[in-house]
Amino acid sequence: MGNPLGRYLLTLRRLWGTALAMQLEYQANLLLEVVAAIANLIGSLLLLSLFYGGGRALGGWSWPQALVVLGVYTLLEGITSTWLRPNLSTIVGHVQQGTLDFVLLKPIDSQFWLSTTRLSLMGLPEIATGLGLMIWAAAKAGIRTTPWLLCQTLLMLLASGLLLYSLWFLVATTSIWFVKTWNAIEVLRAALSAGRYPISAYPAAVRTLFTMVLPVAFLTTVPAEAMLGRLTLPWLLLSLMVACLGLALSRAFWQFALRFYTSASS
Amino acid sequence: MRSSAKGSRADGSPRVRPLRPLQHGFRVARALLASQYALMLEFRAEVLLWALAGLVPFVMLAVWIESPAGAALGMGPTQLARYFLAAFVVRQFTVAWVMVVFEEDALQGRLSPMLLQPLHPFWRYLASHVAEQAIRLPFVALIAALFFLVLPWAFWLPTPQRALLALAATILAFLLNFLIQCSMACLCFWSDRVNALERLIFIPMLFLSGMAAPLEAFPPALRRLAEWTPFPLLVHFPAQLLAGGEMNIAAGFTALAVWIAGLLLLVTLLWRAGVKRYGAMGA
Repeated sequence: MGNPLGRYLLTLRRLWGTALAMQLEYQANLLLEVVAAIANLIGSLLLLSLFYGGGRALGGWSWPQALVVLGVYTLLEGITSTWLRPNLSTIVGHVQQGTLDFVLLKPIDSQFWLSTTRLSLMGLPEIATGLGLMIWAAAKAGIRTTPWLLCQTLLMLLASGLLLYSLWFLVATTSIWFVKTWNAIEVLRAALSAGRYPISAYPAAVRTLFTMVLPVAFLTTVPAEAMLGRLTLPWLLLSLMVACLGLALSRAFWQFALRFYTSASS
Repeated sequence: MRSSAKGSRADGSPRVRPLRPLQHGFRVARALLASQYALMLEFRAEVLLWALAGLVPFVMLAVWIESPAGAALGMGPTQLARYFLAAFVVRQFTVAWVMVVFEEDALQGRLSPMLLQPLHPFWRYLASHVAEQAIRLPFVALIAALFFLVLPWAFWLPTPQRALLALAATILAFLLNFLIQCSMACLCFWSDRVNALERLIFIPMLFLSGMAAPLEAFPPALRRLAEWTPFPLLVHFPAQLLAGGEMNIAAGFTALAVWIAGLLLLVTLLWRAGVKRYGAMGA
């Protein structure tokens, strides 16, 4: 079987190859997604511009700086529809129909399998517009990209992606007990829409809530700060720590939940 | 209905009494509502989660309160808080999901038996929406109570006149949204992937309906453009009525009536053309 890491990488390549081949069957849907991504971008820009008339600024962020935050948010939305939604939405079905048994029997880590089997192209237009907006807005804000800045941004985006994954996985895991909780994902998504704006745009109490309880601040504001070159080292380390904590928590919670899994019809 | 009742009497079954259409309608409505309410009651946990998923107006309220843009608009914190709470409440009772259910019914072949019944399938969906709203009501009241607990200074009671107008506008807005969804659901007869359209319609719903920002904040040209679409009627108009904002009441109700009448015609035509094409999935 070779070394375990190699085995996992090979599995991943096979899984994603199949997923992409399947996706290319639905090209019309992808076109629709492009239209949706553009419409969404226009809407978000319009909404954001309402806060910037007459020389006002949003929470001390200039227009191009706030656009970087919006770019990160759009990117995360794209990642959600490409990676998180297609995979984690299957968990509830597996629990309902008892097919989770087959997943658990596979000689591969169940969390890995459930989190990586599928890949959808539907989020690609949003990933592209998000990245484009980030790069364009950072240039507009007068940022000179150095390799160090790039590394820092990528690292923070990775941390934010993993944190988002952990949140989704935590909610998805609850369907082991309550099949109906899948709708809680929609509540999570609505709450995370707060990430469209820099965290300092919120009143102090809400800011605390979005940093300590629901870590929206680490999802979009921190990567944007990194891209704008004003992220301090403590925040960088804190963000990494929160992401690792989230991952560890999702892992522990999954293993805890599996102890209560009794398969369907038993 | 009448003729069939007479017919069965001619067959010699004495117990079937002829019903007047109105009476018959009431009976059907009562049976439908009661059964759909019982069905929806099973899903009360989901209904609560759906209600919570509509919290976007509260997030936007937080941004608007902190931004000086609200004050520049002439809307102080109190007015903003009232507007966004009203927008949340109105949105809760104007949500429609005909497209999703209809597509599933059509794909799974459940539509065929429904077409055989002497009742338009859309009545069943309407009853199911009304039943869901009844279950939503206590949850929404609870969320509103929590809202006033956190922001007691925002508390207000609309005048009875305004409350009635807002109620009427919300019911009409729900009908309008329901008909928009019905007209798009009819497209299922031509394509089996209508669900993707739902995503497209949600975008103007979010940005133009007034859920994320009061329309007063829009630049004039954009506001005029938005007012040519039905979206502001779905949230902004009833919400401003409820929150006590200044509104052209007659114009709003006229627009609602015109849109509803137009869509009713459209749905009827689409349905007639669509049913002719219907071949039943898997047949």
